Amino acid sequence: MDLTRLERIDDYCWRVKLPAETKGSALLYGDRELVAAMDDKVLEQIGNVARLPGLVGPALAMPDAHWGYGFPIGGVAAFDPDQGGIISAGGVGFDISCGIRCLRTSLTFDDILPKSEKLADSLFRDIPAGVGVEGDLQLNDDDLDDIMVEGAEWTVRHGFGAGAELEFVEEHGRVKGAVPDSVSKTAKKRQRGEMGTLGSGNHYLEVQVVEKIFDEQAARAYGVRAGQIVVSIHCGSRGLGHQIGTDYLVSLAKAASRLGIALPDRELACAPINSPEGQQYLGAMNAAINVALANRQILAHLARRTLTHFFPQATIETLFDVSHNTCKLEEHEFERRRRRLYVHRKGATRAFGPGHPAVPLRYREVGQPVIIGGSMGTGSYILAGTKQSEARAFSSASHGAGRQMSRHAALKQWHGRTLIDELRRQGILIRTRSMRGAAEEAPGAYKDVDAVAAATEGAGLARRVAFLRPKLCVKG
Amino acid sequence: MCATLEPISESAAIGCGFRDGLYGDSVKLPTDSVEYFEHGADIGVIGRGAGVERAFESAARAMFAIMSERAPAAADKPIRATVEFAEDDVELALVRWLNALLAAAREERGVFFDFRLDRDGAQWRGQAQGRRWQPDEERGTEVKGATLTALAVRATPDGWEARCVVDV
Repeated sequence: MDLTRLERIDDYCWRVKLPAETKGSALLYGDRELVAAMDDKVLEQIGNVARLPGLVGPALAMPDAHWGYGFPIGGVAAFDPDQGGIISAGGVGFDISCGIRCLRTSLTFDDILPKSEKLADSLFRDIPAGVGVEGDLQLNDDDLDDIMVEGAEWTVRHGFGAGAELEFVEEHGRVKGAVPDSVSKTAKKRQRGEMGTLGSGNHYLEVQVVEKIFDEQAARAYGVRAGQIVVSIHCGSRGLGHQIGTDYLVSLAKAASRLGIALPDRELACAPINSPEGQQYLGAMNAAINVALANRQILAHLARRTLTHFFPQATIETLFDVSHNTCKLEEHEFERRRRRLYVHRKGATRAFGPGHPAVPLRYREVGQPVIIGGSMGTGSYILAGTKQSEARAFSSASHGAGRQMSRHAALKQWHGRTLIDELRRQGILIRTRSMRGAAEEAPGAYKDVDAVAAATEGAGLARRVAFLRPKLCVKG
Repeated sequence: MCATLEPISESAAIGCGFRDGLYGDSVKLPTDSVEYFEHGADIGVIGRGAGVERAFESAARAMFAIMSERAPAAADKPIRATVEFAEDDVELALVRWLNALLAAAREERGVFFDFRLDRDGAQWRGQAQGRRWQPDEERGTEVKGATLTALAVRATPDGWEARCVVDV
């Protein structure tokens, strides 16, 4: 990225120099090196978001920002419905409410090491992963409608996990405002066989060891300690969410034109929040969020069942469940006034700080857990939301390491089988149905997660609590 | 990246239930290359053909090749689907075509490799055939949907080109 197109605000914050006639503004978060490495498309896309109607505050790019669809991945923007603010399908993405469920366990790495190969094989067998792979749960239309409204509550009622753990899931596992009738028949058909499946691409289930603690107080509150085994599950709303994304991408792109919204990029596909089109998308999106929360609840249950088979005395609890691709109605203070805003987080995580009423009581003193997922060969981070993040980014933070290399380039550079063998030599067991997928997800294809986490902390968006090293990874 | 799909013999095609290709000839997988272009996080697909419809068919082959490059075998169960939609914007039509195929493939629990698309004004009607997934087969990467990113359908000196980024 050409840094002359930016104005440095501080070591971790850069204002984008936009044309004088642009109504809004845009900020990039990241240290100099991360920002310099971002492609110019990030600048173009966040600049486009800054031009959307009803934007409150600047459009924001997180330290892991990269080229996305309409919004950059790692893009955050808040809109006021009373000022003609919009809701954008491009600002949410295809994998609505993709996110990470993190489970903490009473196990240590020494506990699992003797059984790691068999554990990896069993998780691979028990967790449906890969394109076209179906789950065991067969739903009828009524079941799916109920899940769209009730989210993870439905799955708990049907034997997948315990109700108490929903306190540690965003929205308590169920977001309000879901409208199944706004979801197409095609989307519902596409979900058949996909509940309780991991998917493919950058989705994974990882067994990780807590390698380093940065913040003892927060780690204690989260029940995290060095040497402990945690499990992270990264996936989203599966076919239903994907289809909602495709259904509304075209319809909102057309609606924007019809409603007189000049889109610098059709992919920003949006409508005023208070329009019938906007409300319809909102209802469908909320349905998909509930499906994603339910999906991760099922996968957590399956993972728990497999681990308990090997370690019957182990406790396995939900630490937290965060979502990445959403638009949520939230209350934020802006220019000394409390406002109800629709906050788009496209490849970005909510990060409420200490004292926020939405943070579970157990964690309220330290802030909401944030999880930055890295690549299968490097590691991930648990962080805690900060009060600063409220003022800097509507309580938002990075969600992952972000790609630094295209999938095409990764396929040229790495061979799946060779990579898996190399990771095994490093003590990381990979199980996958896709050698192509393994190569595309090579650690070298991703940005330095340490740098992203450090920059996230440096920017005041969230602070590091623990570093997690992968040991077993099931990939789609 | 150019991935070539191996053609199968006519007898093999008949053996696995694929009798006729969608153009009435023996089924063969395309020997022309599937083409892609760079995108930071996902994959750009390119289709080329003498006309718009042929370019769209080619783009569909490129998209499904991301999910599987395996040629049909005798043990495969064949699948077919028809997709129809109305769209007067030819670029949006590409996105709708690809996304309709993804939904149909999911419903049929398989992957398509042979396509035929016809257009009458703004009415598009297409057919696809392919095979069902086998339980333990090697897979590619799931395509979630075709996007409007880098979307372009244009005439070139050699025919037509249709391209867009697909979200994986």
